[in-house]
Amino acid sequence: MLRFLARSPQGLIGGLIVLTAALVALGAPLWAPFDPFAVDLPARLQPPLSAVASGGYHLLGTDAVGRDILSRLIYGSRVSLSVGLAAVFVGAAFGSLIGCLSGYFGGLVELVSSWLIDVQLSFPFLLLAIFLLATFGGGTLIIVAILALGTWVNYARIVRGQVLSIKHQDYIEAAHAAGVGPLRLILVHILPNTLSPVIVVAGFSMAQAILTEAGLSFLGVGIDPTIPSWGTMLNDGRDYLQSAWWISTFPGIAIGITVLGISLLGDSLRDLLDPRGAR
Amino acid sequence: MVLLGTSFFTFIVGHMTGDPVQLIARENATHAQKEALRHDLGLDRPVLEQYVLYVGHALEGDFGTSYRQRVSVGRLIVLRLPNTLELAGISFALAMLLSFPLGTLAALRRNGPIDIIVTGISMIGQVVPGFWLGLVLVILFAVKWQLLPVSGSGTLAHLILPAVTLTLPTFGRMTRLVRTGMIEVLGADYIRTARAKGLHERTVLGIHAVRNALIPLITQAGLELGDMVGGAFIIETVFAWPGLGRMAITAVEQRDFLVVQACVLVTATGFVLINLIVDMLYAWIDPRVRHG
Repeated sequence: MLRFLARSPQGLIGGLIVLTAALVALGAPLWAPFDPFAVDLPARLQPPLSAVASGGYHLLGTDAVGRDILSRLIYGSRVSLSVGLAAVFVGAAFGSLIGCLSGYFGGLVELVSSWLIDVQLSFPFLLLAIFLLATFGGGTLIIVAILALGTWVNYARIVRGQVLSIKHQDYIEAAHAAGVGPLRLILVHILPNTLSPVIVVAGFSMAQAILTEAGLSFLGVGIDPTIPSWGTMLNDGRDYLQSAWWISTFPGIAIGITVLGISLLGDSLRDLLDPRGAR
Repeated sequence: MVLLGTSFFTFIVGHMTGDPVQLIARENATHAQKEALRHDLGLDRPVLEQYVLYVGHALEGDFGTSYRQRVSVGRLIVLRLPNTLELAGISFALAMLLSFPLGTLAALRRNGPIDIIVTGISMIGQVVPGFWLGLVLVILFAVKWQLLPVSGSGTLAHLILPAVTLTLPTFGRMTRLVRTGMIEVLGADYIRTARAKGLHERTVLGIHAVRNALIPLITQAGLELGDMVGGAFIIETVFAWPGLGRMAITAVEQRDFLVVQACVLVTATGFVLINLIVDMLYAWIDPRVRHG
């Protein structure tokens, strides 16, 4: 792993960005200069670098009710990253499972799952997400479920293809002949061999999940607006574009840098796991 | 078949959003009045029957009457759809016209200044949320320099910012794919053969390289077109563009579920059509698919 990072500067940069983002999110109370929820009306809409009466600076300014943008960004990273991560885990687990089952058993399972995939792919995903959120209401858990819903298809297809190509290899036949049951066969012998493409897809869907969450929260149908997330912060600044550009600008930059890091890391992982597409 | 699943799904989910009668009826309506209204709307029948009726009417272009606006939903769609098509169509054309030549150019002059600039822009287009770019463009061009209107529609000037915003993410992805595809093809044996047999560089590129590199991208282009319609939903809200997306979002906020349902159906139908066209185009251009 380390050797690989040293050989791929892009991967190294991406890894560093991801690591930094993770550290920022984990240690949020340590880094944040102010309480992200502290309302300070006299200090509302302060531009970046403005001094605070009690000492210190609002490095990135304050929002419409005087909350410190930098602190909210730092706390917001927790929401954005954990929602993305959770969505990827749920989506990957569910998609891989379906893909495995339909590849292994074929028949009716395959028929139903491929029909589900077709139906899902006929929706523009964002539209589906907005529609579902409008129906079931926003909230972190529902967002995770919906983002997972948006990605499971990718895993299901890839894993199914992998399973089909692995299924008839000698070691699987051998295990089967040795009396290994289908559940154990799938979990122990087949699934681990489909893992590397799944990891690559997971990288890209994590980036996508963060962007989508931001978009949905921006529309006001995503994360609870009282919780600081990068998407909700973008939404907060929407009404103040003319007077306070900084409210919406910095969360966008934070999203951009994070997604860039994840994409770079994902790219070099793909090159590593699939040397054919390296150049 | 797929559309049947789509419509059934939207119908069921739409049903779970709540009782439309509570929305329409006046506050002081009696129970009997509400029941009468329910009967008029056909909401007292079994769900499955309602669904069959709905699909039957929808096939004839009748999507029911908006609960909020008391106008036929079909009319609302006809009013808004052209705006969305205009925005998405122009952005799509722009993205394709820019990404193919620029991606090819970047691949030919690998690591040169053009490559770095093009790759940089396409990277930015990919990693930041499209609507955020829209906000930044508004801050710069509309608020700071006051060159273009903040939002609304009507003139060409109104179209520029939303179109550019919608174009960038697609431009980013496509350029990147064109570049990678071209680089891969340029390293292939048949290109070396073509060069070795002394063909003019222009012939090598035009006939051998470009065709082989770009055919696989048709599928992606189709997906991107669908994505643009989806992306237009957010962009239209940012720029107050009177399209299908903004109507859908407003309808979601007002719980006007017949409108939402119709928007979803129309978009999904468009999506399926695009995929169909892409498949046909593919078979037409690439003989291997036809005979395979």
